[in-house]
Amino acid sequence: MNSMNATAIRTENMSEKVAKPVINEQPENAVITEGTTVGQPFADDPKFKLRNVEVFYGESPAIKNISLDIGRNEVIAFIGPSGCGKSTFLRCLNRMNDSIDICRVKGSLMLDDQDLYDPKRDVVELRARVGMVFQKPNPFPKSIYDNVAYGPRIHGLANRKSDLDDIVENSLRKAGLWNEVKDRLDATATGMSGGQQQRLCIARAIAVSPEVILMDEPCSALDPIATAKVEELIAEMSESYTIVIVTHSMQQAARVSDRTAYFHLGHLVEVNDTDKVFTAPDHKLTESYITGRFG
Amino acid sequence: MTNQRTQAEIVRQSLKRRYRKERRFRLYGMTAIAVALLSLVVLFTDIIGKGYTGFIKTTMTLEVVLDGEQMYLEDPTDKDQISMADFQAPIIAALQRYFPEAQSRKDVRELSRLSGNYASNQIRDLLQAQPELLGSTQTLEFLVHDTVSVYVKHADNPAYSIRLSEQQQRWVDELVEQGVVTTSFNDVFFSRGDSREPSNAGILGAIVGSLLTMLVTLVIAFPTGVAAAVYLEEFAPQNKLTDFIEVNINNLAAVPSIIFGLLGLAVFIGVFGMPRSVPVLGGLVLALMTLPTIIISSRAAIKSVPPSIREAAEGIGASKMQVVLHHVIPLAMPGMMTGSIIGMAQALGETAPLLLIGMVAFIVEVPEGFFSSATVLPVQIYQWASSAEQGFVELASAGIMILLAFMISMNGLAIWLRKRLERRW
Ligand SMILES: Nc1ncnc2c1ncn2[C@@H]1O[C@H](COP(=O)(O)OP(=O)(O)O)[C@@H](O)[C@H]1O
Ligand SMILES: [Mg+2]
Repeated sequence: MNSMNATAIRTENMSEKVAKPVINEQPENAVITEGTTVGQPFADDPKFKLRNVEVFYGESPAIKNISLDIGRNEVIAFIGPSGCGKSTFLRCLNRMNDSIDICRVKGSLMLDDQDLYDPKRDVVELRARVGMVFQKPNPFPKSIYDNVAYGPRIHGLANRKSDLDDIVENSLRKAGLWNEVKDRLDATATGMSGGQQQRLCIARAIAVSPEVILMDEPCSALDPIATAKVEELIAEMSESYTIVIVTHSMQQAARVSDRTAYFHLGHLVEVNDTDKVFTAPDHKLTESYITGRFG
Repeated sequence: MTNQRTQAEIVRQSLKRRYRKERRFRLYGMTAIAVALLSLVVLFTDIIGKGYTGFIKTTMTLEVVLDGEQMYLEDPTDKDQISMADFQAPIIAALQRYFPEAQSRKDVRELSRLSGNYASNQIRDLLQAQPELLGSTQTLEFLVHDTVSVYVKHADNPAYSIRLSEQQQRWVDELVEQGVVTTSFNDVFFSRGDSREPSNAGILGAIVGSLLTMLVTLVIAFPTGVAAAVYLEEFAPQNKLTDFIEVNINNLAAVPSIIFGLLGLAVFIGVFGMPRSVPVLGGLVLALMTLPTIIISSRAAIKSVPPSIREAAEGIGASKMQVVLHHVIPLAMPGMMTGSIIGMAQALGETAPLLLIGMVAFIVEVPEGFFSSATVLPVQIYQWASSAEQGFVELASAGIMILLAFMISMNGLAIWLRKRLERRW
């Protein structure tokens, strides 16, 4: 949580594209005003600078005018009732929505001051920088080694077999999986337990040395022990990566994240330090959600 | 409390009804399967019962004296003499040693009809190849005449003896008893092309023709079909044109096969001037016929690749092309191959379109390549089955067994591939 203490609230210098950054003064406010987010949606040194993002599936809006900064090397958790657009918003960050024909994204999305949706930009390069871990563990039906080596191979990150071996070993070590699988790197990945598969997917994602890792409910298919391992892993990774995690478990958000963003019906209602969100949320809707009145 | 009990009672009642329904349903299912199995058994017994004799040949082993005087042959290297010589004479003479009483012209004629039509050619070929054998005595094995063969194979059934005179029947019985006429495995059937005489006809020509044709079909239809399926499924934009193409592919799968024969006749022979009755042409026509099946099954296989695998690959930065080549196609391959093999099995059994492009010609030679005249298994069976002679009818049944064996092994291969290669996730 310490990295966020440095993230100041930015009220000044908001002239550019921001509609109306609102720092809430009425905690009792239970209405949502489009384009307004209470709390601290902005950061000093943002990795992602997202302004007035709107996403449509065909004609129906899924994300309604959201502005948010994601700080460098912070862990930010997206929470909210299901169907509120967490996954949709997350998938904008590495343009995974591109493969959905009816999906349109509007607004300005910047990664290190480069436009994500620049038509000239190659998503391949983007995805090497912004990796993703999915809800259901989805290893390739290949060997453990090949799973991890796949990314480095297609991006040409290793010229020699020994380099590739090193990358695979390092990634598996970082994912806390090395000791469990070092003797059976040739075994097929689909034969592992769910928790191991998910950690393998994380190893696969970090094998291409991304800057950001997006995780969409990475533990929802795992048992508590496997979940604990993945959470431990997230805590370790937070030192070197920017992590965006969608979760339906508030305990998990509380355990792993620096900041928490609460989504509601396509709106970004509140963003605050995780401690604050779970102890004294600024917005009434957030409070209702975390106290379990709906979800 | 009472309320609850009655409710439990109602549930129990309804359960009883439900069980009854389930039992009835299971019974229907089992009956259907039993009927299907029974018809299969009847079909197989009929074919095997009629056809197994096709796998048996009847031969007679005779000591023939290659007497030049008797054959009017002095010099076997002289073409003229060869064409005039009487090679039947030594065979008759050999038989007369068993039946010395058969001397009248009628008897000799009947005797000569015991050996197969090609027996005299066998002696001619032998003498042409080895002229020094003239005058020697050789033990030779001849195929018997078709009527004799049928009579011997169906000794217990008088219906098959009508084409032999009573005297001939007696002779044959005698020869069988003495071990001169014997039955053995029909290697001729597996080593020759078609013939005018059943005992001399083989299925090898048709098998080779079918293999060559199928090879052409496979080489053309599989890559084209898979490529079309991959394009339509992965790259094609969704618009009116692709919808139209999709509808038409589905329609093509239902077009009667003879239409493809007409197309082959009009386009490949008419426009491109390809030769008739060659495996390349047959393969092309069957490829067109199989293509929709392959495309449809390949698309289904591609569709069944879980989206999570695509996402995984895309999420790590694989390009569209890499996702398709590295993941979608390998994972869909078992399904694509299964579909293709089943399509090929259909093509293997196809007769109608091939009749139209002339693969029905009477072809004695085993085809040597893709451009030599050939026939295929089902057409050969059709030809034999439509002939009147008993010998051909049993060959047709034997041919059906061969064709079925091919089909079963192809379907078996499809199942094996599916079991072997299909992955679970
Ligand atoms: N592929 C899609 N096509 C159409 N609508 C979609 C698609 N994916 C999501 N949606 C809609 O977008 C909204 C947000 O979905 P999602 O981002 O998956 O929510 P969450 O992850 O918060 O549960 C939902 O109303 C959902 O129905
Ligand atoms: Mg979701």
